[in-house]
Amino acid sequence: MAFTPSKETYSGKVYPVTIGTGEQAVTLGGENVLAFHAFEGATPNRPVIAYEIQDVPPADWPENVRKPFEAVSSDPVTWAKYCQNELKASAIALRLIGTHPDRENRSAEDAAKTVKDVLAAISVPLIILGSNHAEKDSTVLVAAAEAAKDKNCIIGKAQEANYKTITAAAMANNHKLVAMSELDINLSKQLNILITQMGFEKERLITDPMCSALGYGLEYTYSVMERIRLAALTQNDMTMQPPMLGDVGMYVWKVKETQAPESDLPLWGPAEERGIAWEAATATALLISGSELLIMRHPKAVEAVMKTIEELV
Amino acid sequence: MALSGVEIFKLLPKTNCKKCGQPTCLAFAMKLAQRQATLDACPDVSEEAKKILGEASAPPVRPITFGSGDKAVKMGEETVLFRHDKKFVNPCAFALEIKDTLSEDEIGKLCGQVMSSEIDRVGQKLRIDAIALSNVSSDAGKFEAAAKVIAAKAAGVPVIISTENPQAAEAAAKLFAGQKPIIYGVNSSNAEAMANVAKAHKASLGVYAQGLEELSALTEKVKALGIEDMVIDSGARRAKDVIESNTLIRRAAVKKNFKPLGYPVINFMQREDSLHEALVAIAGITKYASIIVLSSVEKWKNLVLFTLRQNVYTDPQVPMQVEQKIYKIGEPAPEAPLFITTNFSLTYFIVSGEIENSRVPCRLAVMDSEGLSVLTAWAAGKFTASKIAQFIQESGIENEVSHKELIIPGYVAILSGAIEDKLPGWKITVGPREANAIPAFLKTRAA
Ligand code: B12
Ligand code: SF4
Repeated sequence: MAFTPSKETYSGKVYPVTIGTGEQAVTLGGENVLAFHAFEGATPNRPVIAYEIQDVPPADWPENVRKPFEAVSSDPVTWAKYCQNELKASAIALRLIGTHPDRENRSAEDAAKTVKDVLAAISVPLIILGSNHAEKDSTVLVAAAEAAKDKNCIIGKAQEANYKTITAAAMANNHKLVAMSELDINLSKQLNILITQMGFEKERLITDPMCSALGYGLEYTYSVMERIRLAALTQNDMTMQPPMLGDVGMYVWKVKETQAPESDLPLWGPAEERGIAWEAATATALLISGSELLIMRHPKAVEAVMKTIEELV
Repeated sequence: MALSGVEIFKLLPKTNCKKCGQPTCLAFAMKLAQRQATLDACPDVSEEAKKILGEASAPPVRPITFGSGDKAVKMGEETVLFRHDKKFVNPCAFALEIKDTLSEDEIGKLCGQVMSSEIDRVGQKLRIDAIALSNVSSDAGKFEAAAKVIAAKAAGVPVIISTENPQAAEAAAKLFAGQKPIIYGVNSSNAEAMANVAKAHKASLGVYAQGLEELSALTEKVKALGIEDMVIDSGARRAKDVIESNTLIRRAAVKKNFKPLGYPVINFMQREDSLHEALVAIAGITKYASIIVLSSVEKWKNLVLFTLRQNVYTDPQVPMQVEQKIYKIGEPAPEAPLFITTNFSLTYFIVSGEIENSRVPCRLAVMDSEGLSVLTAWAAGKFTASKIAQFIQESGIENEVSHKELIIPGYVAILSGAIEDKLPGWKITVGPREANAIPAFLKTRAA
């Protein structure tokens, strides 16, 4: 029996999405095959990893991931510059977590100012994220989108409850948009449809099917991503063709495995290595399931994932 | 690809005699196609049909048992390319490479790491499954000596005997008689001698070729020599090539029923940098490896890889769940605190683990919510005030405890009033949101 490789030809492809402006702009997506399947099609762009920073000091981050940013994280501008210049970030994700009503409850104007200051300090693309409070985000992200007008940022996240205002703001100010739904391919599809029905171009969207950490529902995100990608490629389903985001750091650095000291759990080994590996492993699994854009925290985890991408392309 | 119902029907007696319990031969054929019946239910099927149907219904990836006893690992039997289609069947095995150039002490130490690698996670016992002894020295005597250390220090652990030299293979294999080792390192020039060693010691063979064409020819050759229990290696080492060749192998087996590649795959993932090794191993875990060979087994790395494997191999249709009942943690007296949660395994193990940490004996009422986590179950209407009230009333717990206080998860604080309404006489206390705050919560209550 002779072997003939069964290669797939897919009918659809993932939209290439360019973010940022000038020389440092990056493009993600654009492939017409499953992740890292260059043997049967085109994979023009590598996945992109954005460093996560926030508008307020990361007092809520566990120590092992706070430490690498200790000297810079009291101010978002210094923090952003550090990520760009020292860590060679190819993109930065600014989470306006301080606007959350249960947190510092910073105003939309404060948030807009932070966005302006950060943008003035960096030349790599910026992703601007709200605090995930649906109501507050619809004022904060509108102000932030205006402050970043024409900088070709990604704004997010638009959810079922607030997509209208956020989509309008992204549209009016020439940004890309993250649409997030909750771990369900149909909900994700539906939200993309609602957003494009408002006149927002589908080629400017990024899908966030919702992340989950290794050991805490990763398999759900993994499979939803894989299904979205298969729908995009094999059924040429245009509503499923935007690149996908894995918002990894935020989900990973709250689980016990990234924090518990070795003295409590001797079988788990040292907490620092464990936390870094947890973030890097979650990210790698999501890349394999189809994510083109990751938001991560720990420099060593980012470095390890970059090295692995190098081996995967 | 398995045969369709109609294709199977053509091979049946077509008498519609009903002896198989089905109204017609066609109905029986349909059941067979869906693997809901087995051929032996039809007494009249011809020998020829049996042969054809038997071959077609064999799983596309050959089932192989590696090792023996309670540490034996099952491999193969996979039927799909994507886990959302159907549960992946046999989780891949992790093997630690041990080089025969190491000293006896060093080998002993590595054996110790394998023996003590077991971790309990969500009710499953996970461990480094195997040892791959490699003949780096190219010396049969050294190889045998190293194998002796492993046989003594890692008794019962399945072993991959990795050498291209049939004499060395023979010397090592006899130390693992009856333990179904894998002899890896079979190529087209040593196949015959290796097959003889495998037969003499009831071992499986690990065959190695450059590329899938050569690999297919080699498995055919080994099969013709009388060995069918094989694991295969296409020579791919870079993560990119591992994904490509593992994918093409799985597609050939599952979509084309291409027998020469219908065997479990072994991937060698050793890297200098241990974190990098863990990450490239993820390409193997997610993309169809049955054995992954590692160069080191640090505890943090084991936890990451075990957890990822567990995630990838869970049933996508049925979340892992535990039985609905009132669990006792420690030896709770009648006045001990009573908690409630859902029956999602992860939730149960996290919460019961934290209660254990607190060293306060307690009762934990676990309510059937179809294996959903607390918030998911609440959002899906399966962890509601009336359902909780009904469960508590029917559980008989009132006879077991001397109080009427129920501690609910902090994330569903919103339910407390409604539960009190539906459970007259009970006091509902809202516990912390995250389980890791339970020990502190119990401490302040006691104070
Ligand atoms: C994985 C997941 C799913 C999986 C199901 C997994 C499962 N087996 O439950 C799937 C994809 C099926 C799913 C579906 C849905 N989901 Co869902 N899902 C999640 C996700 C990502 C993780 C849930 C999880 O596994 N948590 C881990 C377990 C261990 O957590 P836990 O059970 O809550 O336990 C913790 C605490 O509660 C505490 N605890 C537990 N018990 C007790 C007891 C006591 C006494 C105490 C003190 C503490 C305590 O300890 C644990 C650790 O700290 C969460 C978001 C997130 N990241 O948390 C959303 C989430 C729970 N889902 C949500 C929703 C809305 C849904 C859906 C209704 C919508 C949808 N997407 O279709 C459906 C409903 C399902 C159905 N059958 O209809 C929402 C709930 C919103 C809300 N606030 O009510 C969430 C929060 C997402 C969100 N941000 O909106 N989901
Ligand atoms: S027992 Fe065999 S011959 Fe009789 S109906 Fe069933 S399939 Fe047909």
